[in-house]
Amino acid sequence: MNRMWAIVEREMRKFFRSPMLMIMSMMLPLVQLVILGNAFGGKITNARVGVVDYDHGPQAVKVREAFDSVAATIRTFHTFDYPDERTAQEAVRTGKLDAAVVIPPQYSRRVYAQDRPQIGLVVDNSDQFVSGSIESEMQSLVNAINAPLVADPINKQVALDVVELFPYINYMKFLLAGSIALAMYVSVMIGGGMLYIDDKARGVHEGYLVTPITRLELVMGLNTAGAIKAVLAGISLTIIGSLMAGLGTIFHPMQVLQLLCIIAVTSIAFNGMMFLMMVRVDDPLVPRAMFGVLNTLLFFPSGAIYPISAFPRWLRAIAIVDPFSYSIHGLQQVLLKDGGWISIYSDLLFLGIFGIGTLLIASSLFKRTL
Amino acid sequence: MSATATTRLQGYAAEPTPAIAVENIIKRYGDFEAVKGGTFRVAEGEIFGLLGPNGAGKSTLIRMMTTLIPVTAGRALVGGHDVTKDPDDVRRMIGVIPQALTSDPDLTVEENLIIYAKLYSVPRVQREKNIAEVLEAVDLTKWRGAQTKTLSGGMRRRLEIARGLVHDPRIFFLDEPTTGLDPVSRIAVWEMLNNLKASRNLTILITTHYMEEADKLCDRIAIVDHGKLVALGTPVELKNSVAGANVVEVRFDRESSDWKERLEKLEGVTSVQPESAGFYRVLSTSGSKTTLDLVHMAAEQGVTLTSLSVQNTTLDDVFVHYTGRQLRDEQVKAVFMMPPRPGVQP
Repeated sequence: MNRMWAIVEREMRKFFRSPMLMIMSMMLPLVQLVILGNAFGGKITNARVGVVDYDHGPQAVKVREAFDSVAATIRTFHTFDYPDERTAQEAVRTGKLDAAVVIPPQYSRRVYAQDRPQIGLVVDNSDQFVSGSIESEMQSLVNAINAPLVADPINKQVALDVVELFPYINYMKFLLAGSIALAMYVSVMIGGGMLYIDDKARGVHEGYLVTPITRLELVMGLNTAGAIKAVLAGISLTIIGSLMAGLGTIFHPMQVLQLLCIIAVTSIAFNGMMFLMMVRVDDPLVPRAMFGVLNTLLFFPSGAIYPISAFPRWLRAIAIVDPFSYSIHGLQQVLLKDGGWISIYSDLLFLGIFGIGTLLIASSLFKRTL
Repeated sequence: MSATATTRLQGYAAEPTPAIAVENIIKRYGDFEAVKGGTFRVAEGEIFGLLGPNGAGKSTLIRMMTTLIPVTAGRALVGGHDVTKDPDDVRRMIGVIPQALTSDPDLTVEENLIIYAKLYSVPRVQREKNIAEVLEAVDLTKWRGAQTKTLSGGMRRRLEIARGLVHDPRIFFLDEPTTGLDPVSRIAVWEMLNNLKASRNLTILITTHYMEEADKLCDRIAIVDHGKLVALGTPVELKNSVAGANVVEVRFDRESSDWKERLEKLEGVTSVQPESAGFYRVLSTSGSKTTLDLVHMAAEQGVTLTSLSVQNTTLDDVFVHYTGRQLRDEQVKAVFMMPPRPGVQP
């Protein structure tokens, strides 16, 4: 066992002597957390909507007043007058407008006659987010216009009463779990995979192999060191990310313990997976080439950015075997919901079994000779 | 292998408990045979050299003896232990310095030694004593706290040597320990190895492609070529095994087509090797006599001698004698070969 700790000691001395690894491990997840956390999840504002009013009647004025109200309050869009439908449509097509509203002739008359009055909406559906927001806002306006002036004394419609269990969770908070897992992945990839292959290529392993160290001691030494580095990266990002996102989880001892458990088993799982992939690799280019591919293949289907339930079946299949999914699920349960041990035990179990399983397979593939 | 060399090998078989005994060892990579049945023994306290060009199979041989790669056929005993059956026992008693500089550049000199002492399970008290001793031996005591990346190439090589000795091994393997070093550092390493051999009664096996290194450092030398041991003996024995005590290098301003045959007919000449246009290396039993003959021959033929030198037989001549070509040619060729990709077996 002393020989195993000699390997760990060597790796950790290198790690602390070169803080660049720690910095680089956290750079990508932190940048992602700040940029994506602020870019996504916000509401659309200041969209440009053209208005073609062929009616000019009192009901058309009512619609335009509603538009002005939106522009003055929630600012989802601003309106611009256009003389005809064709010009407005061309403006949407060329990107000058995000949408165009057409109030047809005889609109006011049809409202008064209750003769199926209609307002046209032309949207730029090449941008689903903006067009979806404008559609939603327009639908709200139309619903408001359609509401009876005098309320029915007996409400005949079914109402949905929504109760939110947790305080408002902005996107940065939602993204934090993914960023923590990503920091551990980057640490394992650089501090485990790349350094491992680089050391192999430089002949450092040749130096180990001529000593009496056993295969198990060597494998365990390399993996323990890799897991410790990933744990340190995970803890650092949890603290920094929680402070940035405004989460107070890190001040509650039980949640801290749960987070540490998830971080520890995630590190073992990631490290086992990495070691399995690298155990027979000799070319230093391989881990570098794999870095981006694995990042996309494992991080994005994990539910870190978008819910797994929205994925097609084949992508869900990846999520089922992806250790990222379980790590992120567990971290979200603790960080956002305080769900207790019951909400994370299956994640801990999967990650533990995954880590030990991959490590055992990698150990059997590890060659004690060159 | 030549008959002379084979006879000599059989002679060593009678020696008691050699430090290293290699018997008909073979290493194959698929269809390629990198080592083709080498047999030799290294006595306790001996410095034994494997001399040959790059790609001759020296490193493969040393890697088999140090348990780094499996032996395909044959047997190697190191310190009395079979490298295939008792690899851990072999590893405990050997120190190995690979060809590349593998000490960790981010760690200090002392940290590198501590890690390796721990890998050899050297007890704490002994560890501190050993580290102090080896640092003293390689003259790095005052650099013990320096980061390895700040050391010069020669100092790093000395650190590698210290690292290989930190567990006090009986047998020391060095794979081309002076490659890439300047002449001054190279001589310093030779002196250090000689001192270590004397002070620690170390058995040292060294691979090299430097003839001067093999000549000055080694008690005995095995010449390796294309995976075969082609000759074995002390440097003096090897030189004496080549017919012709002197080498005459001569350059003429012009030559006729039968010039080589004319030179071979001179009295005392044992072999003639054309080097380039008008330039010949002539092996002779009497350098002075051949020199005079060459001058007369040139005068008779109306040819001018542009240069002439006489020297004793070198290991290069020995290499030419046993392999049919020059070691330095092989080295020049090797310079223009693409290096193998990292991790790829030679």
